Amino acid sequence: MHDVTAAHGESKLTYFWVWGGLLFLTAVEVVLAYRQVLQPVRMLEVLLVLSVIKAALITLYFMHLKSEIRPMRWLLLISVSGCFFLMWVFFFPDANRIIHLGVK
Amino acid sequence: MATVQHAVQDVYEPSLFGTYSKKIGMWLFLASDSLTFGALLFAYSYNRIANPAWPTPFHKESIANATVMTACLLSSSLTMVLGVLAANRGDKAWTRNWLLATMFFGAAFTVLHAMEWTKLMGEGMMPWKNPWAETVPQFGGTFFTLTGMHMLHVTIGVIYLGVIALRKKFLPILLLLWLAGWLATPAQSIFHYGIHVLLLGAIVSAIILFLKPKDYDSQDVEVAGLYWHFVDLVWMFIFPLVYLMSTKVV
Repeated sequence: MHDVTAAHGESKLTYFWVWGGLLFLTAVEVVLAYRQVLQPVRMLEVLLVLSVIKAALITLYFMHLKSEIRPMRWLLLISVSGCFFLMWVFFFPDANRIIHLGVK
Repeated sequence: MATVQHAVQDVYEPSLFGTYSKKIGMWLFLASDSLTFGALLFAYSYNRIANPAWPTPFHKESIANATVMTACLLSSSLTMVLGVLAANRGDKAWTRNWLLATMFFGAAFTVLHAMEWTKLMGEGMMPWKNPWAETVPQFGGTFFTLTGMHMLHVTIGVIYLGVIALRKKFLPILLLLWLAGWLATPAQSIFHYGIHVLLLGAIVSAIILFLKPKDYDSQDVEVAGLYWHFVDLVWMFIFPLVYLMSTKVV
Protein backbone atom coordinates (compact mmCIF):
# COMPACT_ATOMS: atom_id res chain seq x y z
CA MET A 1 0.00 0.00 0.00
CA HIS A 2 1.28 3.44 -0.81
CA ASP A 3 2.83 5.03 2.26
CA VAL A 4 1.40 8.52 2.17
CA THR A 5 3.34 9.59 5.26
CA ALA A 6 6.75 8.76 3.87
CA ALA A 7 6.10 10.15 0.40
CA HIS A 8 5.83 13.86 1.20
CA GLY A 9 8.94 15.39 2.73
CA GLU A 10 7.78 19.03 2.92
CA SER A 11 7.12 20.65 6.27
CA LYS A 12 4.23 22.95 7.18
CA LEU A 13 6.56 25.95 6.88
CA THR A 14 7.26 25.11 3.22
CA TYR A 15 3.55 25.24 2.47
CA PHE A 16 3.22 28.61 4.19
CA TRP A 17 6.14 29.95 2.14
CA VAL A 18 4.53 28.68 -1.07
CA TRP A 19 1.22 30.27 -0.05
CA GLY A 20 3.02 33.58 0.64
CA GLY A 21 4.80 33.37 -2.71
CA LEU A 22 1.50 32.80 -4.52
CA LEU A 23 -0.09 35.81 -2.80
CA PHE A 24 2.94 37.95 -3.69
CA LEU A 25 2.79 36.93 -7.38
CA THR A 26 -0.95 37.71 -7.40
CA ALA A 27 -0.22 41.18 -6.02
CA VAL A 28 2.41 41.73 -8.74
CA GLU A 29 -0.14 40.77 -11.41
CA VAL A 30 -2.78 43.13 -9.99
CA VAL A 31 -0.33 46.06 -9.82
CA LEU A 32 0.91 45.45 -13.38
CA ALA A 33 -2.63 45.27 -14.74
CA TYR A 34 -4.08 48.15 -12.79
CA ARG A 35 -1.26 50.52 -13.65
CA GLN A 36 -1.41 49.37 -17.33
CA VAL A 37 2.36 49.07 -17.31
CA LEU A 38 2.46 47.08 -20.57
CA GLN A 39 0.60 46.93 -23.88
CA PRO A 40 -2.05 44.19 -24.25
CA VAL A 41 0.01 41.61 -26.16
CA ARG A 42 3.04 42.04 -23.87
CA MET A 43 0.71 42.13 -20.85
CA LEU A 44 -0.81 38.81 -21.93
CA GLU A 45 2.66 37.27 -22.26
CA VAL A 46 3.79 38.51 -18.83
CA LEU A 47 0.55 37.42 -17.13
CA LEU A 48 0.81 33.98 -18.77
CA VAL A 49 4.39 33.55 -17.54
CA LEU A 50 3.39 34.55 -13.99
CA SER A 51 0.38 32.19 -14.15
CA VAL A 52 2.60 29.30 -15.28
CA ILE A 53 4.96 29.99 -12.34
CA LYS A 54 2.01 29.98 -9.91
CA ALA A 55 0.62 26.81 -11.50
CA ALA A 56 4.05 25.15 -11.16
CA LEU A 57 4.22 26.07 -7.45
CA ILE A 58 0.74 24.65 -6.83
CA THR A 59 1.42 21.49 -8.84
CA LEU A 60 4.85 20.74 -7.39
CA TYR A 61 4.20 21.58 -3.72
CA PHE A 62 0.49 21.51 -2.96
CA MET A 63 -0.28 18.61 -5.31
CA HIS A 64 2.97 16.88 -4.22
CA LEU A 65 4.08 16.15 -7.78
CA LYS A 66 7.61 16.94 -6.58
CA SER A 67 7.46 13.81 -4.40
CA GLU A 68 6.21 11.50 -7.14
CA ILE A 69 8.58 9.32 -9.14
CA ARG A 70 10.16 10.78 -12.26
CA PRO A 71 8.24 8.75 -14.91
CA MET A 72 4.92 10.04 -13.55
CA ARG A 73 6.12 13.67 -13.48
CA TRP A 74 7.48 13.55 -17.00
CA LEU A 75 4.50 11.67 -18.43
CA LEU A 76 2.04 14.24 -17.07
CA LEU A 77 4.18 17.19 -18.15
CA ILE A 78 4.83 15.87 -21.65
CA SER A 79 1.27 14.75 -22.34
CA VAL A 80 -0.40 17.98 -21.18
CA SER A 81 2.23 20.18 -22.90
CA GLY A 82 1.87 18.09 -26.04
CA CYS A 83 -1.88 18.64 -26.10
CA PHE A 84 -1.45 22.41 -25.66
CA PHE A 85 1.09 22.35 -28.50
CA LEU A 86 -1.52 20.60 -30.68
CA MET A 87 -4.00 23.39 -29.90
CA TRP A 88 -1.49 25.98 -31.07
CA VAL A 89 -0.38 24.10 -34.16
CA PHE A 90 -3.93 23.85 -35.52
CA PHE A 91 -4.12 27.62 -35.49
CA PHE A 92 -0.71 28.00 -37.13
CA PRO A 93 0.12 30.37 -38.85
CA ASP A 94 -2.83 32.49 -37.71
CA ALA A 95 -1.85 31.97 -34.06
CA ASN A 96 1.38 33.86 -34.74
CA ARG A 97 0.02 36.37 -37.25
CA ILE A 98 -2.65 37.49 -34.78
CA ILE A 99 0.05 39.18 -32.70
CA HIS A 100 0.59 41.67 -35.54
CA LEU A 101 -3.10 42.34 -36.17
CA GLY A 102 -5.74 43.93 -34.01
CA VAL A 103 -4.52 45.10 -30.63
CA LYS A 104 -0.94 46.37 -30.43
CA MET B 1 -2.46 -36.40 -19.56
CA ALA B 2 -0.07 -33.94 -18.00
CA THR B 3 -1.66 -31.01 -16.26
CA VAL B 4 -0.23 -27.56 -16.55
CA GLN B 5 0.19 -25.74 -13.31
CA HIS B 6 0.37 -21.99 -13.28
CA ALA B 7 2.07 -20.09 -10.49
CA VAL B 8 -0.59 -18.49 -8.31
CA GLN B 9 -0.18 -14.75 -8.04
CA ASP B 10 -1.36 -13.60 -4.67
CA VAL B 11 -0.15 -10.02 -5.05
CA TYR B 12 -0.84 -7.47 -7.74
CA GLU B 13 2.05 -6.25 -9.84
CA PRO B 14 3.64 -3.07 -8.50
CA SER B 15 2.19 0.15 -9.90
CA LEU B 16 3.93 1.58 -12.95
CA PHE B 17 4.05 4.97 -11.25
CA GLY B 18 4.86 3.86 -7.71
CA THR B 19 1.60 5.05 -6.22
CA TYR B 20 -1.93 3.85 -5.61
CA SER B 21 -4.45 3.60 -8.45
CA LYS B 22 -6.93 6.13 -7.02
CA LYS B 23 -4.28 8.84 -7.27
CA ILE B 24 -3.31 7.86 -10.81
CA GLY B 25 -6.98 7.91 -11.77
CA MET B 26 -7.44 11.40 -10.37
CA TRP B 27 -4.29 12.68 -12.15
CA LEU B 28 -5.62 11.29 -15.44
CA PHE B 29 -8.95 13.00 -14.88
CA LEU B 30 -7.19 16.29 -14.03
CA ALA B 31 -5.06 16.03 -17.18
CA SER B 32 -8.22 15.72 -19.28
CA ASP B 33 -10.01 18.53 -17.41
CA SER B 34 -6.99 20.79 -17.92
CA LEU B 35 -7.45 20.34 -21.66
CA THR B 36 -11.08 21.47 -21.38
CA PHE B 37 -10.09 24.66 -19.61
CA GLY B 38 -7.01 25.02 -21.80
CA ALA B 39 -9.13 25.00 -24.95
CA LEU B 40 -11.56 27.56 -23.50
CA LEU B 41 -8.74 29.82 -22.32
CA PHE B 42 -6.90 29.52 -25.62
CA ALA B 43 -10.03 30.49 -27.56
CA TYR B 44 -10.70 33.36 -25.15
CA SER B 45 -7.11 34.71 -25.38
CA TYR B 46 -7.23 34.53 -29.17
CA ASN B 47 -10.46 36.55 -29.25
CA ARG B 48 -9.14 39.02 -26.67
CA ILE B 49 -5.96 39.85 -28.55
CA ALA B 50 -7.57 39.86 -31.98
CA ASN B 51 -10.20 42.46 -31.10
CA PRO B 52 -9.12 46.09 -30.51
CA ALA B 53 -12.68 46.96 -29.40
CA TRP B 54 -12.67 44.42 -26.54
CA PRO B 55 -14.40 46.10 -23.57
CA THR B 56 -12.53 46.77 -20.33
CA PRO B 57 -15.33 47.20 -17.78
CA PHE B 58 -13.69 45.89 -14.60
CA HIS B 59 -13.10 48.94 -12.43
CA LYS B 60 -11.30 48.86 -9.09
CA GLU B 61 -14.23 47.42 -7.09
CA SER B 62 -14.46 44.43 -9.45
CA ILE B 63 -10.70 43.90 -9.41
CA ALA B 64 -10.64 44.19 -5.59
CA ASN B 65 -13.47 41.63 -5.37
CA ALA B 66 -11.68 39.27 -7.77
CA THR B 67 -8.42 39.68 -5.82
CA VAL B 68 -10.20 38.76 -2.56
CA MET B 69 -11.66 35.73 -4.38
CA THR B 70 -8.14 34.74 -5.48
CA ALA B 71 -6.87 35.09 -1.90
CA CYS B 72 -9.78 32.88 -0.72
CA LEU B 73 -8.86 30.13 -3.17
CA LEU B 74 -5.14 30.32 -2.37
CA SER B 75 -5.92 30.12 1.36
CA SER B 76 -8.23 27.17 0.69
CA SER B 77 -5.34 25.36 -1.02
CA LEU B 78 -3.21 25.95 2.07
CA THR B 79 -5.89 24.60 4.41
CA MET B 80 -6.39 21.64 2.08
CA VAL B 81 -2.71 20.68 2.17
CA LEU B 82 -2.71 21.06 5.96
CA GLY B 83 -5.72 18.73 6.01
CA VAL B 84 -3.79 16.16 3.98
CA LEU B 85 -0.89 16.43 6.47
CA ALA B 86 -3.33 15.88 9.36
CA ALA B 87 -4.83 12.85 7.58
CA ASN B 88 -1.32 11.43 7.06
CA ARG B 89 -0.59 11.52 10.80
CA GLY B 90 -4.00 10.00 11.61
CA ASP B 91 -5.49 13.09 13.28
CA LYS B 92 -9.18 12.74 12.28
CA ALA B 93 -10.38 15.79 14.19
CA TRP B 94 -7.92 18.19 12.56
CA THR B 95 -8.42 16.55 9.15
CA ARG B 96 -12.11 17.40 9.46
CA ASN B 97 -11.35 20.92 10.72
CA TRP B 98 -8.98 21.74 7.87
CA LEU B 99 -11.44 20.30 5.33
CA LEU B 100 -14.22 22.45 6.79
CA ALA B 101 -11.93 25.51 6.56
CA THR B 102 -11.27 24.65 2.90
CA MET B 103 -15.01 24.37 2.29
CA PHE B 104 -15.55 27.73 3.97
CA PHE B 105 -13.07 29.47 1.66
CA GLY B 106 -14.55 27.68 -1.35
CA ALA B 107 -18.07 28.72 -0.41
CA ALA B 108 -16.89 32.30 0.18
CA PHE B 109 -15.37 32.30 -3.30
CA THR B 110 -18.63 31.08 -4.84
CA VAL B 111 -20.77 33.63 -2.98
CA LEU B 112 -18.47 36.52 -3.96
CA HIS B 113 -18.49 35.33 -7.53
CA ALA B 114 -22.27 35.05 -7.56
CA MET B 115 -22.49 38.63 -6.28
CA GLU B 116 -20.14 39.75 -9.07
CA TRP B 117 -22.29 38.00 -11.68
CA THR B 118 -25.46 39.58 -10.28
CA LYS B 119 -23.87 43.05 -10.41
CA LEU B 120 -22.69 42.58 -14.00
CA MET B 121 -26.09 41.28 -15.11
CA GLY B 122 -27.69 44.26 -13.40
CA GLU B 123 -25.51 46.51 -15.59
CA GLY B 124 -26.89 44.76 -18.69
CA MET B 125 -24.26 42.12 -19.37
CA MET B 126 -25.62 38.86 -20.81
CA PRO B 127 -23.95 35.92 -22.58
CA TRP B 128 -25.06 37.39 -25.91
CA LYS B 129 -24.59 41.13 -25.32
CA ASN B 130 -22.94 43.75 -23.15
CA PRO B 131 -23.53 47.49 -22.66
CA TRP B 132 -19.90 48.53 -23.25
CA ALA B 133 -19.13 47.29 -26.76
CA GLU B 134 -21.95 46.47 -29.17
CA THR B 135 -19.46 45.13 -31.74
CA VAL B 136 -18.08 42.58 -29.26
CA PRO B 137 -21.08 40.43 -28.24
CA GLN B 138 -18.78 37.48 -27.43
CA PHE B 139 -17.41 39.28 -24.35
CA GLY B 140 -20.35 38.14 -22.21
CA GLY B 141 -20.37 34.62 -23.63
CA THR B 142 -16.66 34.04 -23.01
CA PHE B 143 -16.83 35.55 -19.54
CA PHE B 144 -19.85 33.59 -18.33
CA THR B 145 -18.68 30.33 -19.92
CA LEU B 146 -15.20 30.43 -18.39
CA THR B 147 -16.19 31.67 -14.96
CA GLY B 148 -19.36 29.55 -14.91
CA MET B 149 -17.46 26.34 -15.68
CA HIS B 150 -14.99 27.20 -12.96
CA MET B 151 -17.73 28.08 -10.44
CA LEU B 152 -19.36 24.71 -11.15
CA HIS B 153 -16.05 22.95 -10.46
CA VAL B 154 -15.66 24.85 -7.17
CA THR B 155 -19.22 23.95 -6.10
CA ILE B 156 -18.66 20.27 -6.91
CA GLY B 157 -15.37 20.45 -5.01
CA VAL B 158 -17.06 21.85 -1.91
CA ILE B 159 -19.65 19.05 -2.01
CA TYR B 160 -16.87 16.47 -2.54
CA LEU B 161 -14.97 17.77 0.49
CA GLY B 162 -18.15 17.81 2.55
CA VAL B 163 -18.76 14.15 1.77
CA ILE B 164 -15.16 13.27 2.76
CA ALA B 165 -15.26 15.38 5.95
CA LEU B 166 -18.75 14.70 7.28
CA ARG B 167 -20.07 11.72 5.28
CA LYS B 168 -23.81 11.10 5.82
CA LYS B 169 -24.08 14.06 8.23
CA PHE B 170 -23.38 16.35 5.25
CA LEU B 171 -26.57 15.37 3.39
CA PRO B 172 -29.10 17.30 5.56
CA ILE B 173 -26.74 20.31 5.61
CA LEU B 174 -26.53 20.29 1.81
CA LEU B 175 -30.31 19.94 1.45
CA LEU B 176 -30.84 22.82 3.89
CA LEU B 177 -28.42 25.00 1.92
CA TRP B 178 -30.24 24.13 -1.31
CA LEU B 179 -33.62 25.03 0.20
CA ALA B 180 -32.34 28.25 1.78
CA GLY B 181 -30.62 29.29 -1.45
CA TRP B 182 -33.71 28.55 -3.53
CA LEU B 183 -36.02 30.51 -1.23
CA ALA B 184 -33.60 33.41 -0.70
CA THR B 185 -32.84 34.13 -4.37
CA PRO B 186 -35.36 36.13 -6.42
CA ALA B 187 -37.16 34.21 -9.17
CA GLN B 188 -35.60 36.29 -11.95
CA SER B 189 -32.05 35.54 -10.75
CA ILE B 190 -30.08 32.86 -12.59
CA PHE B 191 -28.99 31.47 -9.22
CA HIS B 192 -32.63 30.65 -8.36
CA TYR B 193 -32.21 27.84 -10.91
CA GLY B 194 -28.45 27.34 -10.57
CA ILE B 195 -28.88 26.45 -6.87
CA HIS B 196 -30.38 23.12 -7.98
CA VAL B 197 -26.78 21.99 -8.52
CA LEU B 198 -26.74 21.51 -4.74
CA LEU B 199 -29.80 19.25 -4.94
CA LEU B 200 -28.19 17.22 -7.70
CA GLY B 201 -25.02 17.01 -5.62
CA ALA B 202 -27.03 15.83 -2.61
CA ILE B 203 -28.71 13.08 -4.67
CA VAL B 204 -25.41 11.84 -6.13
CA SER B 205 -23.70 12.01 -2.71
CA ALA B 206 -26.56 10.06 -1.11
CA ILE B 207 -26.29 7.32 -3.76
CA ILE B 208 -22.54 7.03 -3.13
CA LEU B 209 -22.78 7.21 0.67
CA PHE B 210 -25.56 4.63 0.98
CA LEU B 211 -24.46 2.21 -1.73
CA LYS B 212 -20.80 2.25 -0.76
CA PRO B 213 -20.41 3.39 2.83
CA LYS B 214 -16.81 3.62 3.96
CA ASP B 215 -14.53 5.39 6.38
CA TYR B 216 -12.56 7.78 4.18
CA ASP B 217 -8.83 7.46 4.87
CA SER B 218 -5.75 9.57 4.14
CA GLN B 219 -5.64 8.38 0.53
CA ASP B 220 -9.19 9.65 -0.06
CA VAL B 221 -8.30 13.01 1.50
CA GLU B 222 -5.19 13.28 -0.65
CA VAL B 223 -7.12 12.47 -3.85
CA ALA B 224 -9.79 15.06 -2.92
CA GLY B 225 -6.94 17.50 -2.32
CA LEU B 226 -5.63 16.94 -5.84
CA TYR B 227 -9.01 17.93 -7.29
CA TRP B 228 -9.22 21.00 -5.07
CA HIS B 229 -5.74 22.24 -5.96
CA PHE B 230 -6.58 21.80 -9.65
CA VAL B 231 -9.61 24.08 -9.21
CA ASP B 232 -7.30 26.68 -7.67
CA LEU B 233 -4.75 26.20 -10.44
CA VAL B 234 -7.34 26.92 -13.15
CA TRP B 235 -8.30 30.18 -11.41
CA MET B 236 -4.61 31.22 -11.54
CA PHE B 237 -5.14 31.46 -15.33
CA ILE B 238 -8.73 32.74 -15.43
CA PHE B 239 -8.16 35.65 -13.03
CA PRO B 240 -5.35 37.37 -14.98
CA LEU B 241 -6.62 36.54 -18.46
CA VAL B 242 -10.27 37.45 -17.93
CA TYR B 243 -10.22 40.10 -15.19
CA LEU B 244 -6.79 41.71 -15.33
CA MET B 245 -6.74 41.87 -19.14
CA SER B 246 -10.04 43.81 -19.05
CA THR B 247 -9.25 46.30 -16.30
CA LYS B 248 -10.93 49.69 -16.66
CA VAL B 249 -8.26 52.37 -16.48
CA VAL B 250 -9.70 55.63 -15.17
